[in-house]
Amino acid sequence: MVEFLVSNFEAILFLIIAALTVAAGVGVIALKNPVHAALSLLTTFLMVAVLFVIRHAEFLAAVQVMVYAGGIMVLFLFVIMLVNVKGVRPEGAFMTRWAPLAIVGGVLVGALLALLVLLGVLAAGSGDPTALQTVDGKVVGNTEAVGITLYTTYLVPFEIVSVVLLVAMIGAIIFGRRDAGLERPSGEAGP
Amino acid sequence: MITANHYVILSLILLALGIVGVMVRRNFITVLMSLELIFNAANLNLIAFSHRLGDLAGQILAVFVITIAAAEAAIGLGLIIALVRLKDTVALDEASEMRS
Repeated sequence: MVEFLVSNFEAILFLIIAALTVAAGVGVIALKNPVHAALSLLTTFLMVAVLFVIRHAEFLAAVQVMVYAGGIMVLFLFVIMLVNVKGVRPEGAFMTRWAPLAIVGGVLVGALLALLVLLGVLAAGSGDPTALQTVDGKVVGNTEAVGITLYTTYLVPFEIVSVVLLVAMIGAIIFGRRDAGLERPSGEAGP
Repeated sequence: MITANHYVILSLILLALGIVGVMVRRNFITVLMSLELIFNAANLNLIAFSHRLGDLAGQILAVFVITIAAAEAAIGLGLIIALVRLKDTVALDEASEMRS
């Protein structure tokens, strides 16, 4: 029993975390209360961070926890509590006309998935994890390897993405301004 | 033995959940959260193949995906604030006209 647990530790860990990820993902789209859905999304982020650690992406796991679970989640909860989420009609049956097409599409995707597993073309063996921690033949650790690669090989995309962040920040500020011309006209009651 | 296949399957499930959420839900905030699920599915794929191929490029690309996801969340939540100021609702069905 103990030998089985030890020898299959990675598989057992992956299956548990994957089940929790899917359950939390279902919660995101199924829960009616937006705060509950947001907390479910937080669970998904943390579980994905654990999966990153299993796949030797330690730096990405830390970034996932800090940016997603820390930053984006706070933003979501802040907005949920800022706005009035009433007034959303309860959702009944959805897109019943398209149900046959949706079933065909789902079956096709499932068949592709089964083919992928049966062929196992992507799976044969696993990569060399030390390659993810190596720079110029020296083993330095994942964070340093990511940093050196990011600031040498991928410097131009890095600068471009920083400009994208700046533009997004300016856009968010303009949307949030009171005098952006987005208020409903005075004298006209809101719907 | 856990291989890249398992990660691809998990990522596909997360992607399907995200697409269902975007298509079915009427609440703007929930739609944005479903988009975050889709981003996470993409990241999971990138990390799995980065490990499988022993190549750091996948992790670098995942960093960029997280950056774009943060920018998208900021813009989307700004849009929610603007929509609430204009229509006093977060239901996407109410935002059906381009005239303000």
